[in-house]
Amino acid sequence: MIRYAYIIPFLPLLSFFINIAVGKRLPRKGDWLCLGTIAIGLAMSIGIFYEVFRAYDPNFRYHVVFPWLTIGDRAVFNTGILIDNVTAVMLLVVTIVSTLVHLFSIGYMHGDPRYSRYFAYLSIFSFSMLGLVLAESFLFIYIFWELVGLSSYLLIGFWFEKKSASDAGKKAFIVNRVGDFGFLIGILIIYATCGVLGYDQVFLAIGEGKLSGTLLTLAGIGVFCGAIGKSAQFPLHVWLPDAMEGPTPVSALIHAATMVAAGVYLVGRVYPMFTPDAFLFIAYFGLITLFITASIALAQNDIKKVLAYSTCSQLGYMIMGLGVGGYTAGLAHLTTHAAFKACLFLGSGSVIHAVHSQDIQEMGGLRKKMPITFATFLIATLAISGVPGFSGFYSKDMILGAALEFGMKSANPLHMIFFIGALFTAGLTAFYMFRLVILTFFGAPKDHHKFDHAHESPPSMWVPLVILAGLSFSFWYSGWFGTLVQKPKSVANLAGISAPAKVATMEHAAVMAPAHAEPSAAAHGEAATHRESTRDASRGSAPGKGEHGQAPPHGTSAPAGTPHSTGPAAHGESNDEASHIAHTAHSYAMYSSVAVGTLGIFLAFVVYSFGWINPDRVMNAVKPLHTFLQNKWYFDELYEATVVDGSKALSRGLAWFDNNVVDGLVNLSAQLGVFASFLVGKFDDYVVDGAVNGLASATTGSGSLLRRLQTGKLYHYVFVLAGGALIIFLIKAF
Amino acid sequence: MTLDKLLVIAAALFCCGLYTVMTRRNAVAVLMGVELILNATNINFVAFSFFLNRVMGGQIFAVFVIVLAAAEAAVALAIFLRMFSTTGTVEVDAADQLKG
Repeated sequence: MIRYAYIIPFLPLLSFFINIAVGKRLPRKGDWLCLGTIAIGLAMSIGIFYEVFRAYDPNFRYHVVFPWLTIGDRAVFNTGILIDNVTAVMLLVVTIVSTLVHLFSIGYMHGDPRYSRYFAYLSIFSFSMLGLVLAESFLFIYIFWELVGLSSYLLIGFWFEKKSASDAGKKAFIVNRVGDFGFLIGILIIYATCGVLGYDQVFLAIGEGKLSGTLLTLAGIGVFCGAIGKSAQFPLHVWLPDAMEGPTPVSALIHAATMVAAGVYLVGRVYPMFTPDAFLFIAYFGLITLFITASIALAQNDIKKVLAYSTCSQLGYMIMGLGVGGYTAGLAHLTTHAAFKACLFLGSGSVIHAVHSQDIQEMGGLRKKMPITFATFLIATLAISGVPGFSGFYSKDMILGAALEFGMKSANPLHMIFFIGALFTAGLTAFYMFRLVILTFFGAPKDHHKFDHAHESPPSMWVPLVILAGLSFSFWYSGWFGTLVQKPKSVANLAGISAPAKVATMEHAAVMAPAHAEPSAAAHGEAATHRESTRDASRGSAPGKGEHGQAPPHGTSAPAGTPHSTGPAAHGESNDEASHIAHTAHSYAMYSSVAVGTLGIFLAFVVYSFGWINPDRVMNAVKPLHTFLQNKWYFDELYEATVVDGSKALSRGLAWFDNNVVDGLVNLSAQLGVFASFLVGKFDDYVVDGAVNGLASATTGSGSLLRRLQTGKLYHYVFVLAGGALIIFLIKAF
Repeated sequence: MTLDKLLVIAAALFCCGLYTVMTRRNAVAVLMGVELILNATNINFVAFSFFLNRVMGGQIFAVFVIVLAAAEAAVALAIFLRMFSTTGTVEVDAADQLKG
């Protein structure tokens, strides 16, 4: 199955072309075609995942490369696919959510005038996202990265008759471009120094020291800028809430589960190339994002806006988790979040479909009217709040543990802020999510007209909800995920990097042995492919490590390629100590996250359900803060005042420059040209024509003089002849 | 009779011819002057041939010149006839259409 993996992205591409061309004339406007292709993709992804899972090998790799573009004889750009455990999981996530969203859309978009085009757009998005997941080089991930941005733009602005929707589409596209530019710079740095773009080749080149030090940090930050844009991290998070103008299933597919996760996936994909400084940068941006956006979510009243800000916040968790060294944690949260957030968004779509409103202050009491939606929404909310037994608990706990471990091991006490901030925000998350649930589903209906009109959605809408809610339990993920998805070995050359940062970031890494290629007997040996299947991750490390799979510190903190010459005995103690710290950190993180989550849920019930505290009184007490949060920290106003107005002012300045200076220069040169032509004309008239005429009149004059010699009288000629002869005779004679 | 005397006679004859050509207006008279010049040349040819070379080349050349003079006279007289019939005169002054 895995050798047919390249087919998966092309199936939606095919249905895109068919649907965009003749979709309107197909029966049911072609929705079955798009759903069918993505469902085949899902089946194939399940097959691939089954193969990967059966191998149960942390170092599983399936890598096909063939040359794509050759410029001269030096620059060769390859294409191909790379499937390792993370890719297999991502494939599954993308195809599951995508299939369910296709299914949900059949009900949700029913009767839309551009129904077939909507499905075509969904297909092109699926194509881009699957291509992005399967890409094996920076070049191709960038290409699909932009395609994903394009399809996001198309889908956000799908109802472009609404000005807000078309504006949101443009905003998303432009804001993403800012991040993508950083990504491009990062890629260019890599290409300029390494000369290659395939992940493996680049990591190899970095390991050889072709790219190191500050430039490597810059390249990492540049690549991370792409993630900032796509994953809606501070300061580019502003596009995601506006993107909720798109159809709700789109919000679930693109702006909750898959596309926004692409940034996280990218960071995970290029994980080995980040330096400790770059990791710190990443972690800080994640922390800032998760706190700011969670605080904004507290004060929003639009059901989708709350979910959008919570998505930003959860993405911040993932990014921060990756930044503090929790590779497995970040990717686990990406996976679990995709399921429960898609469930929440589709649930909100179901609610919006029922009451035709997005304002949670007009809802309430929907629990009885929409039992299935309520139950699934509640399960997903419990998951995002981090209640034990649900998937969010599993992954968020890992992130908190990684953050605490990072803080405990770091020499800088300030780094505890990652754990504290994330823990506090976990409480906020539980609070605002339960505020949302309580205001929507509990209590008395606030708008009776809308309440009476509400009804449970059709099966094509609630079936995806049930499936996604089913995937929000933790038993689906625990165990194998931590084993299969393990932190790759860093290739960044650590020489010259300050010691504390090195130890702090690298020491607790669950690192694999160097992945030597070991051709498997079962390799699908196409001539142009090579498959690497390496086994036995821990072969190069000392046995008997902690259950989190820690390697001895010297295996991780040392520069790549340093031989294990010091021997395990010398480091046995620190190994135990590191393992101990990790254990302590993870258990503290678990208890505290459960406590904080419960507190948040309890507070939400206290305020919004039991009525022990009147929320309006609290709001009035902290009025300025509430206004501040409700206005989203005034980010839009800030950007309007600085970036937008700044660009406008700059444009005006440039227009003035163009009108006066540039046009002035052009006009001046025109004037000069006219003047020069005048001079040249005069020169022509007098000098050139004068010479010509002068020659003519000189000829005439000399002719009129000489014609007198031609008398026509014969005897004159004879006289001259004789005279000449006489003169010659005289000259000769004397 | 010596070469000198013959050359003097030839030169005198040549001068007479030249003078005739230069002074006469009548085309037939001019032609007669030309004949004098040609005959002066003939005397020179024969004299040089006789006294210096002792070969018959000069005499033969003189015979050619006589033939040439006859041909010339024929052509020239034909031209004069055409001229007379066109302009009514054989004065050479009248034939000055090529005057500059």
